[in-house]
Amino acid sequence: MQARAEFSYYPGCSVEGMNKAYDKSARVVCEALSIDLAELNDWNCCGASAYMSIRELRAHLLSARNLALAEKEKKDLVVVCPACLTTLAKTNHYLKEDSGFKRTISAALKAADLQYMGSVKVRHLIEIIVNEVGEQEIKAKVKRKLSGLKVAPYYGCQLTRPFGEIDDKEFPTMFDKLLQWIGAQPVNFPLKAKCCGGLLMMTNEDVGLELNRTLLNCAAENGAECLGTLCPLCHMNLETYQDSVNKKFGTDYKIPTLYFTQLLGLAFGYSRKILGINEELIPSQQITEKYAKVV
Amino acid sequence: MPELQADRTERSLADVFLEDIYSIPGGEKIKECIQCGTCSASCPTSYAMDYTPREVIAALRAGILDRVLKSNTIWLCASCYYCTVRCPSGVKLTDVMYELKRLAVEFGLADEKAKAPVVSKLFVDLVDKNGRISEVELVSKFLLKTNPFAAIGMMPRAWKLLVRGRMPLVPHRIKGISELEKCASTISEVSGLHAGTGKIEKAT
Repeated sequence: MQARAEFSYYPGCSVEGMNKAYDKSARVVCEALSIDLAELNDWNCCGASAYMSIRELRAHLLSARNLALAEKEKKDLVVVCPACLTTLAKTNHYLKEDSGFKRTISAALKAADLQYMGSVKVRHLIEIIVNEVGEQEIKAKVKRKLSGLKVAPYYGCQLTRPFGEIDDKEFPTMFDKLLQWIGAQPVNFPLKAKCCGGLLMMTNEDVGLELNRTLLNCAAENGAECLGTLCPLCHMNLETYQDSVNKKFGTDYKIPTLYFTQLLGLAFGYSRKILGINEELIPSQQITEKYAKVV
Repeated sequence: MPELQADRTERSLADVFLEDIYSIPGGEKIKECIQCGTCSASCPTSYAMDYTPREVIAALRAGILDRVLKSNTIWLCASCYYCTVRCPSGVKLTDVMYELKRLAVEFGLADEKAKAPVVSKLFVDLVDKNGRISEVELVSKFLLKTNPFAAIGMMPRAWKLLVRGRMPLVPHRIKGISELEKCASTISEVSGLHAGTGKIEKAT
């Protein structure tokens, strides 16, 4: 198979920390699909919401440094975290739309002998897999079909909002399609793009737990046996706080939560360990083994 | 630049706010708010807010922005951008909320009970120190600052994460941290995409 375009890979701080399994499984899946990911050398934090909340211009500078580093490599930037996607893309937009802003950022970058001409596109991995690799190739790679596994595809907020360049802003479908290609069954999930609260779980736990209860309830009511995620922060909230939701609301959710890359990896025949599935708090062995059919 | 600080703190909050908002591409759309409430109805956290997003714009027009800055509203915005993409007038509400967060901190008006400004300040300090954020360091410093007793309640979860290798304890520092500092030193710490340089003092 011919190798695809090469990308600079921007893991982001979260998958370097508590959500390493996302990074592991993303790399495994990309290798399987001949997506050449070279980690962006010496990348820094994108300046996402907590930073931008109190330092706007500096947050954009953080993003701009990453964009400048990627431009040096002459590659587009691939991210796995939707918050990084939105922050980096926002900086890219402002640089195109506002010449005064561009002058300030360019002058700041120059202090470190960096420059950014605006040629880098920031893309989320799921979009590359769905749009560039596509149905045929994904289906051809499937070794263990996840036949009938009912997954609630959870997109969260920032994959498609605010820009909506890759899918519908309110009712995206690309993850649903991907699940079908590997034999799984995406359930109807009306809250698929509703907010999990992000960092509110830390700063206002009552509200954070309420938002997650609503999501878990919606997934369960629609018959989901598993939640599929594509954002490390959503994943953290939905997966590691299910016991707290249960405690607060007297519920009994134990819905296994897996990254889209882990689901793909399972279908491609990789072991749970290599995909970091053993690092999750909620056991998923039962469902993934029940449905995996060797093709 | 002391003149600049004085300029910012002497002017009315509403003027500073509007100047910063207008500096964002598309920011001037705030003038076109028709008070329809689509933002408030779309917001997943408006049920817990002192003032809903629609009321925030009404308060601005009524010249009582300081009340909004002191409220819990701005710290409940999780940046989900529903309001922004649904607003029929194109008001960039999420960016408005960001601006309000920055002003509340800059002018020392942030809700004392709100924990989000504490996280933001820690987040900025850690990123400025290392170039990246360590979640473990962020969470532990946050708990120590806000509620050390809550840390005890977190132990079972922390332990489960630790034994699964999900608690990397040593933060990574990027090689280019001093270059990044050089770049950042050319940029103001005050709000607004077109603000000048120099640190701003708290308004008293």
